[in-house]
Amino acid sequence: MTLSHRKTLPLRPLIAALLSVSLLGAGAQALAQEDPIKVGILHSLSGTMAISETVLKDTVEMLVAKQNEQGGLLGRPLEAVVVDPASNWPLFAERARELLAQHEVDVVFGNWTSVSRKAVLPVFEELNGLLFYPVQYEGEESSENVFYTGAAPNQQAIPAVNYLHDEVGVERWVLAGTDYVYPRTTNRILEAYLQEEFGVAEEDILVNYTPFGHSDWQNIVAEIRRFGTEGKKTAVVSTINGDANVPFYRELANQGIDAADIPVVAFSVGEQELTGIDTGPLVGHLAAWNYFMSVDTDANYDFIDAWIEWTGDEEAVTNDPMEAHYIGFNMWAEAVRKAGTTDADAVKDAIIGVAVPNLTGGYAAMMPNHHITKPVLIGEIQDNGQFDIVWQTPSTVVGDAWSDFLPGSRDLIADWRAPMRCGNFNVATGSCGGSTAAEEAEAALAE
Amino acid sequence: MRNFPPSWPGSARSRTGRAPLAWLLTLLLVLLMSSVAQAQTSADDDAVAIELLEALDAGSFPAKGRAIDAIVASDDPRARDWLQALLDGRLQRVEDGRFVVVIDNRGRDWPVADALTGEPLGEMSRRDLDRVGINNALRNQLRSAIAVVDLYSADLGLRRASAERLLGEVDADLADPLAEVIEGEEDPQVRRRLVQALAIHRLEQGEVAAVADLQGSLHPRVRVALNRAANGDDAVLADVARSALNDIEQLLKVNRAVETLYFGLSLGSVLVLAAIGLAITFGVMGVINMAHGELIMLGAYTTWMMQQLLPGQPGLALVLSVPVGFLVAGLAGIAIERGVIQFLKGRPLETLLATFGISLILQQLVRTVISPQNRTVISPEWMSGSIAINDALSLTLNRMVVIGFALAVFAGLMLIMRRTRLGLEVRAVTQNRAMARSMGIRATRVDILTFALGSGVAGLAGVALSQLTNVGPNLGQNYIIDSFMVVVFGGVGNLWGTLVAGLSLGVINQVLEPWAGAVLAKIIVLVFIILFIQKRPRGLFPQKGRAAEG
Repeated sequence: MTLSHRKTLPLRPLIAALLSVSLLGAGAQALAQEDPIKVGILHSLSGTMAISETVLKDTVEMLVAKQNEQGGLLGRPLEAVVVDPASNWPLFAERARELLAQHEVDVVFGNWTSVSRKAVLPVFEELNGLLFYPVQYEGEESSENVFYTGAAPNQQAIPAVNYLHDEVGVERWVLAGTDYVYPRTTNRILEAYLQEEFGVAEEDILVNYTPFGHSDWQNIVAEIRRFGTEGKKTAVVSTINGDANVPFYRELANQGIDAADIPVVAFSVGEQELTGIDTGPLVGHLAAWNYFMSVDTDANYDFIDAWIEWTGDEEAVTNDPMEAHYIGFNMWAEAVRKAGTTDADAVKDAIIGVAVPNLTGGYAAMMPNHHITKPVLIGEIQDNGQFDIVWQTPSTVVGDAWSDFLPGSRDLIADWRAPMRCGNFNVATGSCGGSTAAEEAEAALAE
Repeated sequence: MRNFPPSWPGSARSRTGRAPLAWLLTLLLVLLMSSVAQAQTSADDDAVAIELLEALDAGSFPAKGRAIDAIVASDDPRARDWLQALLDGRLQRVEDGRFVVVIDNRGRDWPVADALTGEPLGEMSRRDLDRVGINNALRNQLRSAIAVVDLYSADLGLRRASAERLLGEVDADLADPLAEVIEGEEDPQVRRRLVQALAIHRLEQGEVAAVADLQGSLHPRVRVALNRAANGDDAVLADVARSALNDIEQLLKVNRAVETLYFGLSLGSVLVLAAIGLAITFGVMGVINMAHGELIMLGAYTTWMMQQLLPGQPGLALVLSVPVGFLVAGLAGIAIERGVIQFLKGRPLETLLATFGISLILQQLVRTVISPQNRTVISPEWMSGSIAINDALSLTLNRMVVIGFALAVFAGLMLIMRRTRLGLEVRAVTQNRAMARSMGIRATRVDILTFALGSGVAGLAGVALSQLTNVGPNLGQNYIIDSFMVVVFGGVGNLWGTLVAGLSLGVINQVLEPWAGAVLAKIIVLVFIILFIQKRPRGLFPQKGRAAEG
């Protein structure tokens, strides 16, 4: 039905009635076919975070285009609706409202920083939208309306530390991070984990925080070097985020900290971040992710080729959050197919248990806590800016919304299936959120 | 002497240098000639070689470690090249099982050569190639294995690197041959290192006398070994080791002080560079230019652009960026002055808002036109690594160049302001605009030139910063606050004040950082400046006389 027909409103019910009588409802479907399914994209295209988020916008646009090539979903075409929250956290909430209320999108892919996710959370819960969040984060959260396709701490930080302890024999730890919620929470979990599991003494852990965009790393790198010459094998666990990484790695290289002596394992440095650095002197430093561009599978090569074609840039790189969007998009599409509708509640019920192929040669499944299963890979930086996978978990790991290593959070589970439908169920008291567990966890986080 | 990267011959770690490749070639030639005697690499030899390489692709890392040992033991003349290629991740396997050495592993198709014959095989797709992967442990093993081979090399540079490498890596098998090598070694530096390397091994065996050989060494690996011994079970050895460590600690304290001072000066020089342009536009002209940071960013992007225009010559591009960056930022400055600031003379609040708007526009322009991603600016060879003063203290080269550059820019500016007609006119206009105009100075022209000069210097800062930090749209934002801080602290309108303020703030920050942490150190410095300004509102070096009242 075209626009000009729509203007003649009085005719519409008549035609619809006629059609439904004569074609037994087939007409309704024909109507629906005209209406595209709207996919909202909520990624910063300007401001500080544009560096990381613009590629994710492009990724979702590419996935939408590919899906349309295959005939769309439920016989309807897909349409991407892009808004720019401009790295401004309150603006994220406004734009999210715009997407859900004004554009009436059926699903949203978006956000990078935890603070922006916390900002949009009430909006999605109020308007019952669906958000797919693609970045590794600190956990301690499970919302009915959010699907966490990035890694929880137990899918990245804990296995990485296990690798360093078991395979590399590290006994002394530097936990270096940018000063905000993700590194602070992750480092709290890691500190508790190191002390409990490996019996690491307090003087063998050095914690260091730096402001966003920190550029003068001389002193900290020198301190790391000194800390590493006390006789025990030392490693740096880096939750340094964003821009600050380039000067950090430059300083490491210039002060001659070799990966063979003091390896640095990073949780926020991927292929995208390495494009800003000459990686020659950094060979052997590590990163823990659930995907690397160097993964040797056909699915991955197809994805890379599609990406290079889409961007028109021969040097374009792929990274972990892009894979998370790839998985999230396919999961959502599968759930919509299963539910036969894009209705949020139906999709929420349908998506739990949905499994789609990931790019590393396995399957990712959506769990009842709205986190997904992921393999954990440890990669070493190569001189061409890629990672070489040196270790991986034997099977996929289920994302844990509530860490087992923080007081107040260890008794909590999330399960969004029918009878329970609770994001913070306390197994000790047997009640949902009603206990003080959630507040305790919050308080523990706030320190 | 360069401390880093340890330059193995044929190392493919450097993206730019062609010298290592030349090394590889000469080495290959030497090896070829030596093997001419054995002549005709027969099919048998190849079969053995293939078997050796097959073992490298065994799957588990420990198995690969054993395969590396086997290659070292094989005495095959190609062994060193294989190990080097393996170390660089360039030893790969084609689907049909042949081993090849990748010559350049960027892009989607890579040129390769046969691993056995060294014959070039053209380009292959990365899809068809499987890399023989290694990890850090194997990398260590490979470097030591190569170091052992190089120990007998005729080249002094190789022997030095080899001796450096073997520190802390000597095991029982190597101890005896090493003692022989030490006997025959002529170079005192190599000799000293090898003696220390052997001493660490002896220390690990519990030999108390070995501590004497390690006395006073500041090398981190020596400290690691002594620390281990000091915490060991052998009480006598632990005591001796502890006393040796105490001596070393004393020396290290001096080192640390020098190091902190250097860090402080280097941070200070960055602050001076970023602020000195502002000292002219804000300090001398009184224009609050919030887009100053973006002018710095323009300078940094100019460096990137120059490196794109001159591929393969990052050093030359960097040097050329100095005048070009000055021009680009200077012209942008003229555009800002003519387009906006001249209409807002004497209205500081409006100027502040307007220039803040310009800064946002410039940032987004870069995001839209170039890319929101950071751009890679390559450091030339002569700016990477560090100069080793002693075993524990090495000064990073890029920082050193930036310190020198900052001082040179400062000296240049002082010259212009004190010794040229422009400088005289600028001072005259700022002291008394009306009087200067009545003396025949074209105040508008002076305004333009001064602003262009200040902006151009910001561009120079950008060129220097491209070597230290990210080149991205946010570059300028990170420096604008610091710049204003330095200018206000130093005393508005005084270049000397900017220099002293920048350097001292840098040193204060670096002294505070180790015990206060980076976040707190910044806050303390800020609070200190606020208090200081309360006491002396005109900064460190206030302008005196009638000009100050203006």
